[in-house]
Amino acid sequence: MAKSKARVKVPKSAKKGEIFQVKTLISHKMESGQRKNKKTGAKIPRMIINNFTCTYNGDMVIDCDWFPSISANPYLAFFVKADKSGELAFKWTDDNGKTVEKTASITVN
Amino acid sequence: MGIEQQGLKRHLRLGTIIMALIGVGLGGSIANAGSDDKYRAGDRSSGYTYAAKETRAMQDDDFANPAYIWIDQGEALWSTAEGAAGKSCSTCHDDAADTMKGVATRYPAYDKSLGKMKSTEQQINICRVKQMQAKPFKWESSQMLSMTAYVNSQSRGMAMNVKVDGAAAPFFEKGKAFFNERRGQLNMACKNCHEDNAGNMARANLLSEGQSTGFPLYRLKWQKLGSIHRRFRGCNKNVRAKPYGYGSDEYVNLELYVGWRGRGLPIETPAVRN
Repeated sequence: MAKSKARVKVPKSAKKGEIFQVKTLISHKMESGQRKNKKTGAKIPRMIINNFTCTYNGDMVIDCDWFPSISANPYLAFFVKADKSGELAFKWTDDNGKTVEKTASITVN
Repeated sequence: MGIEQQGLKRHLRLGTIIMALIGVGLGGSIANAGSDDKYRAGDRSSGYTYAAKETRAMQDDDFANPAYIWIDQGEALWSTAEGAAGKSCSTCHDDAADTMKGVATRYPAYDKSLGKMKSTEQQINICRVKQMQAKPFKWESSQMLSMTAYVNSQSRGMAMNVKVDGAAAPFFEKGKAFFNERRGQLNMACKNCHEDNAGNMARANLLSEGQSTGFPLYRLKWQKLGSIHRRFRGCNKNVRAKPYGYGSDEYVNLELYVGWRGRGLPIETPAVRN
């Protein structure tokens, strides 16, 4: 998954108590495991991102398991309540156990 | 589309009721009310106007548009020096936001030294080989798609305006002939779907006018970015004709004609389609 490139969008600042939107996108082929090689007939092994998490100052705000029906280059948007200034850490894990991590900071006033 | 049409009908009915109630003749403005007006020019409409609501939403939000993964890569490649000359694109062309602005509206363009039309992809490879002394990109490689999308996206919103007179005229005629010529086991020409039946269904697919202003675009079926020649090849295979090669003269001429068909439409690169 070394080639996967992730993008995240987090507002630079938010008011305390405000609910803000976080958008994430990662490039990944998300091979479902149900396709066959057209020439040889051999099954193409499953290779998907099976877990995505986001922590906010160390606290888990979203932890989701993904399954083979998730599209390639998965996009996920979710909402977080602004609490303290700090860091959002994103982590994608694929079937090989490889991870892509990304962080974004937010100022809460 | 079916649901949207229903919604539109409901909308119209509601509009009629309101108009009757307040007694103000708003004319046709309610029927034309829609945010896709900028994707129309004269009698021509971009594929955007044929796309589903969800697909449009992906294109409208630059973040949700997965094509930006490639555009980011293209931006990085722009200033990466490669090849024996130690040059990058930015060595000669500086900031793409200035120098590449409007390029997508002009290509394919006539090249004197080649004596024929060249597409954006071909110009990129000419630069790579001649100026940078680097290896040319493969047509449908991720680097080529990234670079083409990055270059074309600099013209976003500008009106398509390819030159079809002068030296380009004979190639334009060839492209036009290709568009109108029946081919393949199904014996169908481009125009049979994209002119005669635009707006009708071909099985589960809504046929568009086949406008080219969004390429390279992110196609949900491909799950990645694709060039217009890939689209041409797909169409040719669908009518069971033997497709021409990427970058073949036939397709570059066709690209010119299709570009002219979309004259006045805004460049949308990178568009999102199903």
